[in-house]
Amino acid sequence: MELTLVLAILVTVVGASTPILLAALGELVVERAGVLNLGVEGMMLIGAIAGFVVQFHTGNPYLALLAGAAAGLCASLIFGFLTLSLSANQTATGLALTIFGTGFSALAGASYSARPVTLMQPLFPLELATHPVGKVIFGYAFPIYFAFFMVVAIWYFLHRTRAGLILRAVGENDQSAHSIGYSVIGVRYLAVMFGGAMAGLAGACFPLLLTPQWAERMTAGRGWIAVALVVFASWKPFRLLAGAYLFGLVMTMELYAKAGGGPLSAIPSELWAALPYLATVIVLVLISIRRDATTNAPACLGKPFLPSN
Amino acid sequence: MTLSRRSFVKVGGAALTLPLLGSTAFAQEKLKIGFIYVGSINDNGYNYAHNQGRIFVEESLGDAVETVFVENVPEGPDCERVLRELAQQGCKLIFATSFGFGDSVIKVAQQFPDIAFEHATGYMKADNVGLYNARFYEGRAVCGTIAGHMSVTGKAGYIGSFPIPEVVMGINALALSGRKINPEFTVKPVYISTWNDPAKEADAARAMIDQGIDIVAQHTDGPAALQVAAERGIVGGFGQGADMSAFAPETQLTAIIDHWGPHYLASAQAVLDGNWTPGDTWEGLKEDVVQMGPYNEKVPADVVAAAEAVRTGQIDGSFHIFTGPINDNTGTERVAAGVVMTDAELLSMDWYVEGVEQPA
Amino acid sequence: MQFRLEKRREPSRFMLYATPIAAVVLTMVIGAIIFSLIGFNGIGAVREIFLTPLTNPYKWQDLAVKAAPLIIIGVGLSVAYRANVWNIGAEGQYIIGGLAGTWVALLTWGMTGWWILPLMILAGIAGGMLYAAIPALLKTRLNVNEILTSLMLTYASVQLIYYLIRAPWKDPMGMGFPQTRLFSEAARLPTVIPGTIVHLGVPIAIVVALIAWFVMTKTVFGYRMRVVGAAPQAARYGGFSETKTIWLAMLVSGAFAGLAGVLEVAGPFQRMVPGFPTNYGFTAIIVAFLGRLSPLGVLLGGVVLAITFVGGEVAQTTIGLPNAATGIFQAMMLFFLLAGDILIKYRLRRVVPQAEARAA
Repeated sequence: MELTLVLAILVTVVGASTPILLAALGELVVERAGVLNLGVEGMMLIGAIAGFVVQFHTGNPYLALLAGAAAGLCASLIFGFLTLSLSANQTATGLALTIFGTGFSALAGASYSARPVTLMQPLFPLELATHPVGKVIFGYAFPIYFAFFMVVAIWYFLHRTRAGLILRAVGENDQSAHSIGYSVIGVRYLAVMFGGAMAGLAGACFPLLLTPQWAERMTAGRGWIAVALVVFASWKPFRLLAGAYLFGLVMTMELYAKAGGGPLSAIPSELWAALPYLATVIVLVLISIRRDATTNAPACLGKPFLPSN
Repeated sequence: MTLSRRSFVKVGGAALTLPLLGSTAFAQEKLKIGFIYVGSINDNGYNYAHNQGRIFVEESLGDAVETVFVENVPEGPDCERVLRELAQQGCKLIFATSFGFGDSVIKVAQQFPDIAFEHATGYMKADNVGLYNARFYEGRAVCGTIAGHMSVTGKAGYIGSFPIPEVVMGINALALSGRKINPEFTVKPVYISTWNDPAKEADAARAMIDQGIDIVAQHTDGPAALQVAAERGIVGGFGQGADMSAFAPETQLTAIIDHWGPHYLASAQAVLDGNWTPGDTWEGLKEDVVQMGPYNEKVPADVVAAAEAVRTGQIDGSFHIFTGPINDNTGTERVAAGVVMTDAELLSMDWYVEGVEQPA
Repeated sequence: MQFRLEKRREPSRFMLYATPIAAVVLTMVIGAIIFSLIGFNGIGAVREIFLTPLTNPYKWQDLAVKAAPLIIIGVGLSVAYRANVWNIGAEGQYIIGGLAGTWVALLTWGMTGWWILPLMILAGIAGGMLYAAIPALLKTRLNVNEILTSLMLTYASVQLIYYLIRAPWKDPMGMGFPQTRLFSEAARLPTVIPGTIVHLGVPIAIVVALIAWFVMTKTVFGYRMRVVGAAPQAARYGGFSETKTIWLAMLVSGAFAGLAGVLEVAGPFQRMVPGFPTNYGFTAIIVAFLGRLSPLGVLLGGVVLAITFVGGEVAQTTIGLPNAATGIFQAMMLFFLLAGDILIKYRLRRVVPQAEARAA
């Protein structure tokens, strides 16, 4: 009985963690390239409505995920154009993108209320997921496995490929990357577009995996958790994986604790809700105290690139 | 399902229009009615239901009225501004549909003594501010009867937003009626501190189902919990605010439908007739302000009969769910045998009846 | 045909003032086109959102009240941003300011005395400063990015409100609803224009903007903030400490945000409610940019943003434009403005092969 519950909790944690992991992975790459895009929440909402609409009309969840990613990518291009081509302030542009995404998704989704869609089915044959342990391993839909794959892929890309090295160089010292002849703006565009696609994909997970409906602002601030998560993970993919599941665990444990009683249920829900953010501040402090070269934020984070010719 | 309800409203509206036309067709000017909603009209729940009420009035009274609404109005000074905007645009009757609008309604009502204001679920009255509410707990009693019969584990989960009397009352009604059928029946409330975060509602439902409940009820604005109930294949759940069977056709056992239309219509008619007075109404199944959704096919006939008995009993006044003896969940007797709790007691209820697990 | 950006020797004064105006005009034109294309009354939307609030004198009081907190916070932010300190947690500082004021109001509840309100205001300012001091300390001591810490602290502060009004500060007469009791008369901000809702916060906002303008343009302090922001290297040679500047920038912006918070809770709200965080802190970032980081510009920017909020509600009631449209208009305006920024420091040059040859 106890084990069954632990396994069941794990399944819920996986569901709660995946969207923030996907969005944060995208933002990690963006920030590693030296760009701070605070529009994650907005891009997620745009991805959510795009995913919902395609799932509603086609019933094909893979198309829906693609649509979510494509919509997020398009939204990120607005950000890219303003901050990269026109060197606009990244903070303000990101906030504007979130305002835009919230409004746009609400407008686009107005006629889709009261309309359910079907959830995305697990990737593996159901027979593998009959036993609780099997369910914990094989019981999920594609995006969950994809998120794991992307953690490894992004780590490999950043630390084992030349392109990844260039991307990091652009984030650490854009002037020298530029002087060696790399296109700082080009690299950052690609990173921003990737981040947008991942945020859109993460948004599409809401109607496809978590709750098969469209509701205004249905991401309910998880885009901001994703931004916090990147910092919490000190810009490292594997720490991001651990952090996403930790955040997911915190979000889920609150509910299990309240539903089950016990000592944890005495913690006020407000503290549960504030925990991810407080933890992030603490982690920021800790990594800054240690301050070895690898744990620091990308040096150019949030600063516009203007070639000094 | 939604479509069929809409067309029902239309037909019902047309039927109502005929007798009313006589009194309104020659009115000199249209009555303009304003509505403000705290959330989006597309929330599939609470605000959606209020907007359906607005549409009901418009369809019932036709050319005699014109309605306007503002959605997503934050509770606070923004609400005050919207109220004044509506007043200034010539609304003679304004419905403020959320508790948190109360302060603003009182303030603005002082500035516009000629305008009739009505505030939903509030407690502050004034010369031109009426209160209205719906006895949702009556619907909960019907749901609880079904839950008591059908729950195999004898445990129901209840997702709430905040522990306000409105929500506490609903939880208690569900537990009391369920225990009339099954004395072992318990209700587990989980508060999620938000009215609208579908993913959190869904996860709360998962958390409770994983810990043994097989009936889920909720007092938040959307169908997320019901969808999880369907996904997990538990015994069932209940729609809240609106008929949510489209979201979980196999799982919604019945639904509590907020049907504000008749109340809005009566108030509009009173203003048209020039005899509106600030009321303090708390209407329920009898007045058709609370309706029950269709019973699911899987609810056995005898259970439907029992549920119907509770429903009709509340309509004819022979049954009141909050009739003593009622013990609280520490075992202390709160209501003596045969005594019926007063409305004032209900509206400030902050304790749980026997069978409700104390929430954190 | 190709274009190239060429750095201007000096920032263009013309573009500095022309681009915000162009952004507003472009938003109106393109917004009208887009909303017409997707089936709304586009021209009506622009008229109601941007013009009606200005042409209807009755709306001026609303504009003033809505703009006041945006201006106060925006002025503080513009000072910080000038110094290249990116405090984006003004929302959190606003919240803590409001909470500090509430605390005083609750402690003095039922008392009278002229000193209560000033004490609340001082507490609010101190609260905002204290909350801004955390990112400042982390930035100066540990070089932790202030954008990230101030943002994270904002989300934590929202939860603090929810906790306080649900548990220790809950209104004993509030029927269990999560809110504090209504402040006593002495803890409420007086109205300055009889018959309107214009409260003391409005003149304070104007005075704050004027003082900040004077300080930033006419004093050593202002000079120093601008130099540190524009040319940190030069500033260091000039003997201006970067650490001190960060502290000043954070504390000033925090103090202003806290001031706005306490004025808001003592003025329009008169009690702490869950709806207190209304995104003023984030909106003020837009205002600061719209105002070109100049206090007088912020004054105008605050009014422009207030127009869109007020107008958005008008558009809902008069032409049925959905609430979401307001956000789209605001985002468009900011997009255009940010896009125009580049024209201040750069000029657009057509690339002619000849010119290139000569340059080589």
